[in-house]
Amino acid sequence: MSRIEQIAQKAAAAKKKLLIPYLVAGDPNLETTSALMHKLVEQGADIIELGIPFSDPSSDGPVIQRGVERSLSKGTTLKQVLELVAEFRQTDTQTGIVLMGYLNPIEIMTYKTFVDTASSVGVDGVLIVDLPPAEAHDLHAMLRESEIDTIFLVAPTTRDDRVASITELCSGYLYYVSLKGVTGAALTDFGSVTANISKLRERTKLPIVIGFGIKDAGSAGAMGQLADGVIIGSALVEKIALLADQVDQDTAVLSETTQVIAQAREALDKLV
Amino acid sequence: MINSEESATSVDPAQFDGPDATGHFGPYGGIFVGETLIAAVEELAEVYESLSSDKEFWAEYDSELKHYVGRPSPLYFAERLTNAAGGAKLYLKREDLNHTGAHKVNNTIGQALLAKRMGKTRIIAETGAGQHGVASATVAARLGLECHVYMGADDIVRQAPNVYRMKLLGANVISVNSGSRTLKDAMNEALRDWATNVDNTYYIIGTVAGPHPYPKLVRDFQCIIGREAREQSLEQIGRLPDALVACVGGGSNAIGLFHPFLKDESVAMYGVEAGGHGIATGQHAAPLSAGSPGVLHGNRTYLMSDASGQILETHSVSAGLDYPGVGPEHSWLKDLKRVNYVDATDEEAMEAFHKLTRLEGIIPALESSHAVAYAMKLAATMPKDKCIIINLSGRGDKDIETVAKIEGIKL
Repeated sequence: MSRIEQIAQKAAAAKKKLLIPYLVAGDPNLETTSALMHKLVEQGADIIELGIPFSDPSSDGPVIQRGVERSLSKGTTLKQVLELVAEFRQTDTQTGIVLMGYLNPIEIMTYKTFVDTASSVGVDGVLIVDLPPAEAHDLHAMLRESEIDTIFLVAPTTRDDRVASITELCSGYLYYVSLKGVTGAALTDFGSVTANISKLRERTKLPIVIGFGIKDAGSAGAMGQLADGVIIGSALVEKIALLADQVDQDTAVLSETTQVIAQAREALDKLV
Repeated sequence: MINSEESATSVDPAQFDGPDATGHFGPYGGIFVGETLIAAVEELAEVYESLSSDKEFWAEYDSELKHYVGRPSPLYFAERLTNAAGGAKLYLKREDLNHTGAHKVNNTIGQALLAKRMGKTRIIAETGAGQHGVASATVAARLGLECHVYMGADDIVRQAPNVYRMKLLGANVISVNSGSRTLKDAMNEALRDWATNVDNTYYIIGTVAGPHPYPKLVRDFQCIIGREAREQSLEQIGRLPDALVACVGGGSNAIGLFHPFLKDESVAMYGVEAGGHGIATGQHAAPLSAGSPGVLHGNRTYLMSDASGQILETHSVSAGLDYPGVGPEHSWLKDLKRVNYVDATDEEAMEAFHKLTRLEGIIPALESSHAVAYAMKLAATMPKDKCIIINLSGRGDKDIETVAKIEGIKL
């Protein structure tokens, strides 16, 4: 059983919701990302989605784009992101790590080097935004071989006849995109989320987590009620933006930066 | 992966019939977009497929091309340019004479009719030099559709007259401040808009790139260039040309000229990329000459990216060629060795710009000047009874400020 499956099962048994923060690796620099990751765990994160910066993040809104630009201005590479995971794993073997990003850096590194390294440093899952199941077969097979989960998205626009092709390849958890748009947009249509999640439940036993548009304790609680967990990205990255470029982050500053995660944890824990 | 050595000697003509049902040209093309857009591109592919045998749709397209665009465009024998080059005869396919001044309108007319068929009321487009933006704004005005054009903030400064032209046509021009603030970033922003407004919005991509079915449908709409050129060649020259030359940015004018000739083995083809300050300097926009395969903007193709997979900023004197990727069919034609991909530098393009202007009274776009530059070099190596068709993809009125500025002339 993969680490993500174990985390999800444990949470389900305890009737707890999964809390999954997203941050861009290397924003504002790798040392700070490392400190933030440990702080996020302290604030209640079960799994961390670590963004691989890419020059052309066409599914992301302005907040994450700027985070990516901050990271790339330091020259952050995929190789360094993998090294960051290795370093994190030296002191944390419990928290799930999912790498999230776009395909090109992985293609250029080559699938084999990427999968071998990800496996050896302790990556648990991979989510590639611009790699739909129909194009994913080679990389998916290699990830599965290395027991790394491949996470796919389902969107409000996903047609019913497509869902099976997604759930067939997806493992770890299924990521439901709450809205039509990019990351960080405002979530307005709770009704459609409710309906779509219950339809998905009939199709898959995978844990379903909701992302896009969750920005505070209120929206985390509301979405957490419908799903097995929530993802918070832009609301956290917006706070990280305020860190500017101080390398010596004291823990009070980091607690303040990651406060939205602590508040979401509290809201989610109240649900049960 | 294909073995390009082997296929060079025995290319099966069926390999030119792509893409396959899932949008692949060999290993290139495909659909690489976020899940939110999958349904939209699939719907587009289905609708487009269903229209392939719809006589009424294609009759409307042909009628627009004839009465609105002014087609067919002439195939013109450039006698003085030929004499200057000193070899093969040079013919110009005059896409610069189209309404709006470039080949771009062949595609925007087709896609706007498609948008109407799909019941979409809102058009979005990306633009670099502004030519595709103008062509999109033009057809939106013609068909009464709302139009939003994404343009890099740097390009807005460089191409002020085209920005004003789009506004005159009723389009909303949106400045893009992310990334390198040029064409690729405008395309990212258009994709974000599309994901957000997917229900009522049609995205008119300006070149043969993007997710399937764009590379196919843009090619089909641009193939009018090659079909006419083939017919005109048989009529005016009495046979097929010996070579075709076209500039390649995203590659829509080139594929439009080349595609109807792909199975004619006697016709050599040259796609001319933007060599910028020279390939060796790294400051160019020539992914086929100096890049490697990767994934960007919905398709797998040759790209300019760095060792860690970040897309590189490009340089060309011509904003229309200033793009780090290229249409996937060109990548495939490169690997098959059916088309020779070469480059012309900024300097060579500028020289050709002046030559064509002074010798023929035709001011070419800086993009097309790259093709003219290479074709003159090529002509010099060929005997006088051979014929070369150059795709003169656009006129140069839009570039006179750029040229004047480079040459230190105040207008």
